[in-house]
Amino acid sequence: MKCRVCREPAVIDIRRHNANFCVEHFLRLCRDQVAKAIEDFHMLEPGDRVLVAVSGGKDSLAVWDLLRELGYEADGLYVGLGIGGYSDRSGQRTKAFAEERGWPLQVIDLRDDHGYDVPTAAKVTKRVPCSACGLSKRHLFDRAALDGGYDAVVTGHNLDDEAAVLFGNTLRWEAEYLARQLPVLPARHGFPRKVKPLVRLGERETAAYCVLRGIDYVVEECPMAAGNKHLGYKEALNAIEAASPGSKHAFYFGFLDRAAPRFADAAPASGEGEVLGTCSVCGSPSTNDTCAFCRLVERTAGAQPVVLTAKGSS
Amino acid sequence: MKVQLRNPTRTLEVAGPVSIVKLLQQLELNRESVLVIRGGTLVPGDAILDDADEVEVRPVISGGST
Ligand code: SF4
Ligand SMILES: [Zn+2]
Ligand SMILES: [Zn+2]
Repeated sequence: MKCRVCREPAVIDIRRHNANFCVEHFLRLCRDQVAKAIEDFHMLEPGDRVLVAVSGGKDSLAVWDLLRELGYEADGLYVGLGIGGYSDRSGQRTKAFAEERGWPLQVIDLRDDHGYDVPTAAKVTKRVPCSACGLSKRHLFDRAALDGGYDAVVTGHNLDDEAAVLFGNTLRWEAEYLARQLPVLPARHGFPRKVKPLVRLGERETAAYCVLRGIDYVVEECPMAAGNKHLGYKEALNAIEAASPGSKHAFYFGFLDRAAPRFADAAPASGEGEVLGTCSVCGSPSTNDTCAFCRLVERTAGAQPVVLTAKGSS
Repeated sequence: MKVQLRNPTRTLEVAGPVSIVKLLQQLELNRESVLVIRGGTLVPGDAILDDADEVEVRPVISGGST
């Protein structure tokens, strides 16, 4: 196996590009793909200050590193979700990563700063953990980005994530979600711009990027993810990809190109659409008197914390 | 050779020589879903592992839905 660029021994094959790459040229490919995504979708301008949502996993640490490599002023924000040992280990890795590089990292802990954690919120609201978790993260990232004067919030969503979400939304023809499934959401009143610079990289590539850059990410998965639909969609898509390399890319980018515009007038699905008022507690945009985040804080106040059974380390 | 797997973390003993592609077939793993790592770097698909090798087969699929 030889590198497509330099003919030296390759370390990775990327079947959808029908090519192999050595370390140097694979890392360059990753940077080029991120630069292309940023440019194609007008995600960022040179010199933008961005806030990266970091979890300690491969994608968020890779995107932080890549944006810094590309010259953006990128700071991190980590939200401690209180998901047992998984959160403890993720927090440690994220802090170590930022410290080693001297990159600014803001840390918010749901339990210490807002009195609840994801497992407890899931129990109180009787919804899946990812629902309370997503709501909390979106609110805190939006807030931190606006308060800190950042130009955009960056998330580590990769091609596999976007293709899997698209697959789920398409299976049920969720027109409202399809209308919003874009790699960049422009800033609106009270909401920062949101961008996904990794959409041109698959998760095998973001993981490989971390290994080759010596990024010590958390390999262990969030225990709340086990058995969710999203994972099933990814497995289904990977089975198709194995038989027909390039399918995920064609599915997602074909959607952006040819289908997404047809859903554009479907009304927004969540509270980020036409927001009329502000939350009386925190001042964030909200259609109700109190925003969903502040209601969650209220509802979980005083609830008996859920204790997760110990999980082995990764 | 020693093959370290994750979720749950465990080590298998596999007889060499065997190529990465064959090893993943034996383990019934999709090449899209894993990386093979040895000594901090990636092992390409056509590499042949022998009995003295120690490799990690690392899943790359993450599961959050937000
Ligand atoms: S899997 Fe769900 S609960 Fe776990 S971090 Fe992701 S969104 Fe949160
Ligand atoms: Zn090369
Ligand atoms: Zn509020």
